[in-house]
Amino acid sequence: MTDATAQLTTADGRPLKAALAASMAVRRRRAFLLVAPLFLFILISFIIPIGQMLLQSVHNDTFSSAVPALSAWFDENPQGSEIDEAAYAALAADLKLMKAEKTAGSAGTRINYDVAGTRSLFTSTARKADKLEAPFKEAILAAEPKWDDPNLWRAMRSASNPYTIDFYLAALDMTRDETGAIVAVEEGQAIYKKLFWRTLSLSLEITALCLLLGFPIAHLLATLPMRKAMLLMILVLLPFWTSLLVRTTSWMVLLQSQGVLNDLLVGIGLIDDEGRIQMMYNQTGTIIAMTHILLPFTILPLYSVMKTIPPSYVRAARSLGATSWTAFRRVYLPQTLPGIGAGGLLVFILAMGYYITPALVGGADGQMISNMIAFHMQKSLNWSLAAALAAMLLAIVLIFFWIYDRLVGIDKMKLG
Amino acid sequence: MTTATNGEGFVVFDHVQKSYDGETLVVKDLNLSIGKGEFLTMLGPSGSGKTTCLMMLAGFETATNGKILLDGNNINDMPPHKRGIGMVFQNYALFPHMTVGENLAFPLEVRGMGKSEREEKVKRALDMVQMGAFANRRPAQLSGGQQQRIALARALVFDPKLVLMDEPLGALDKQLREHMQFEIKALHESLGITVVYVTHDQGEALTMSDRVAVFNDGRIQQLAPPDELYERPKNSFVAQFIGENNKLPGKVETLDGETCTVRLQTGELIDATPVNVREVGQETLVSIRPERVEFKPEMMPPGAHMIDAEVLEVVYMGDIFRTRMRVAGTEDFVMKSRNTLGQTKLHPGEKIRIGWHPQDARALDPM
Ligand SMILES: Nc1ncnc2c1ncn2[C@@H]1O[C@H](COP(=O)(O)OP(=O)(O)OP(=O)(O)O)[C@@H](O)[C@H]1O
Ligand SMILES: [Mg+2]
Repeated sequence: MTDATAQLTTADGRPLKAALAASMAVRRRRAFLLVAPLFLFILISFIIPIGQMLLQSVHNDTFSSAVPALSAWFDENPQGSEIDEAAYAALAADLKLMKAEKTAGSAGTRINYDVAGTRSLFTSTARKADKLEAPFKEAILAAEPKWDDPNLWRAMRSASNPYTIDFYLAALDMTRDETGAIVAVEEGQAIYKKLFWRTLSLSLEITALCLLLGFPIAHLLATLPMRKAMLLMILVLLPFWTSLLVRTTSWMVLLQSQGVLNDLLVGIGLIDDEGRIQMMYNQTGTIIAMTHILLPFTILPLYSVMKTIPPSYVRAARSLGATSWTAFRRVYLPQTLPGIGAGGLLVFILAMGYYITPALVGGADGQMISNMIAFHMQKSLNWSLAAALAAMLLAIVLIFFWIYDRLVGIDKMKLG
Repeated sequence: MTTATNGEGFVVFDHVQKSYDGETLVVKDLNLSIGKGEFLTMLGPSGSGKTTCLMMLAGFETATNGKILLDGNNINDMPPHKRGIGMVFQNYALFPHMTVGENLAFPLEVRGMGKSEREEKVKRALDMVQMGAFANRRPAQLSGGQQQRIALARALVFDPKLVLMDEPLGALDKQLREHMQFEIKALHESLGITVVYVTHDQGEALTMSDRVAVFNDGRIQQLAPPDELYERPKNSFVAQFIGENNKLPGKVETLDGETCTVRLQTGELIDATPVNVREVGQETLVSIRPERVEFKPEMMPPGAHMIDAEVLEVVYMGDIFRTRMRVAGTEDFVMKSRNTLGQTKLHPGEKIRIGWHPQDARALDPM
């Protein structure tokens, strides 16, 4: 008896598990073929780019690949060694190489991240590289005295290793001091941590607002007769069908200090002309515009959950003696939690990475971390720092996902 | 059992009308008085307004016109939670996010009852429906029948004087349904509560109720105890809706107090009891229960008319034979005879003569 339960076999004596696996293999193969195109697409368009981004945030060889001789010297002489003639000789050799291969600009840019103004130092010295002769230290210092800067050498030493966590340090408002120890940057230069906090708090505020505004609408949608509900649904979806830019600009027209709303308030005498309320180009603007844009993302999951809650639950609660408020709080609300969770998480994640709206209506203090990422991608061209910031954003989102999973359970989420 | 006609009923519908859209009346002039401790069933085809009546009583729909009284008080404007009416829904409506115990404690909790008293009552209610061991389960972990019991216990746990049930057994299989019918009936009797029960299963209505209100088209067609409903239907709709029935259309030939004769369209003369006929020459529909049809002359009272019939089909059903015959032009006249020792066996094609006691045939309104 125990043997039979220990190893079940089919009629022809094969182990049951193996037989089951074999019979499922064909189905599994077919299922795999069905998802293969999408899988490939995601691999190429999502997983590989993200992997590259993560790599870029810790790996930058624009400098190290341009300076083979200097790299060798840094390897032989530990941190704190005197910058001697051999070091300058290596520098001269590398500058010649840069001139030949036209890499002085990009290599200089990499050092420029750490020590401002060094890009031109690299390009100008490289231009003269062919004329440099031994003793190289004197020749180079004669051509550009700035090469004497110990900070510059420290930066070059750290950049000569293509793998670095310096970009993450920068993203956390930290840097290395003369001895190479990690320290916080000066008060005035710290921007990223503050920006992360602001992004987080703005996103949470927007999420809360979306849920607060979306809940009654979703409830109305779920309880109205079909025809009216569809009409209302179209109104809810309208923002989806107009361009993001159009919606954002219309908010600008409405809310700016010379805009419709302020004119109206002045017109009816609620505020005077000097007291026009600043609702645009600050955090208020970002919050208003983004709440509007993200509202459908809370309404739709909430609606789909509420649609499945039969009215008999609330009726049962009422007949059992609960006031309408108690029935709502104790019976209806708990059953909408999957929708609240899904809608909230969706909006929160979208808000964390939002870019265009804060850029247009956020002004100086309504900017979010993605605006900074875009800045480093497009203006300062410090892609590694942009990658590090993006990776941290990703990590924050994943942490929230994890917290959500622990608190609510991801399986309880209902997106539609 | 209390009959509602004497004095004020416990629940009274007084000229109640209901319209959802302002164009059609779903409930047309409902007058109904339900006695304390009574088990009243609303029976009727789909869409006849049963649920609507129940919802008005529970307070989830407002009566468009008329009054609803509970224990002598007009409750038209009383919100549902103040009515103190227990309700069992067709889909049970057990709160899925609460355990069975929490579900039962809910009505006590909202009434501000203390914890120890609450637990006591919940336990008692669960034991009452033999579900004591399930307090910590979620509704989703219970079978349909078990959920049904919990829903019942929840509607009873706060000791309501009136319990409404809207097709509570509709989702159960036949055997379980019969078992639950028995249990609900037993609970009703032991607790002495008033029950208003909605169903469209006539068997259920007949076995459980003190009185049955047959609904059709927003009106009560007949309000009577089950036996009266079955044996003395007041009109053709009730006769047709309750149990199997043979219908023979014709004209009243003679009318004499308790009995009348009816000339069928094919010329035969039959006996009947006048119910909805008033004068000779009136069109009528005579209704006869299949089990009251006789084919042995010795069983007939003297002077009773008999008519020709041709056996078309005999179906053996265990306890009875169901014989389908051609009678007076119709081919679906049915006779049911008990399968007793020595019962005469009929065969298709056989020509026989059938008849009945005049009081078993009822001359009703032509439909
Ligand atoms: N909320 C509503 N709005 C509009 N019409 C309704 C509503 N509820 C019910 N009706 C209509 O009222 C009529 C009676 O419905 P009701 O639910 O009372 O019937 P019922 O007797 O309970 O039927 P069933 O046996 O199918 O449950 C139906 O024609 C139905 O379409
Ligand atoms: Mg109904």
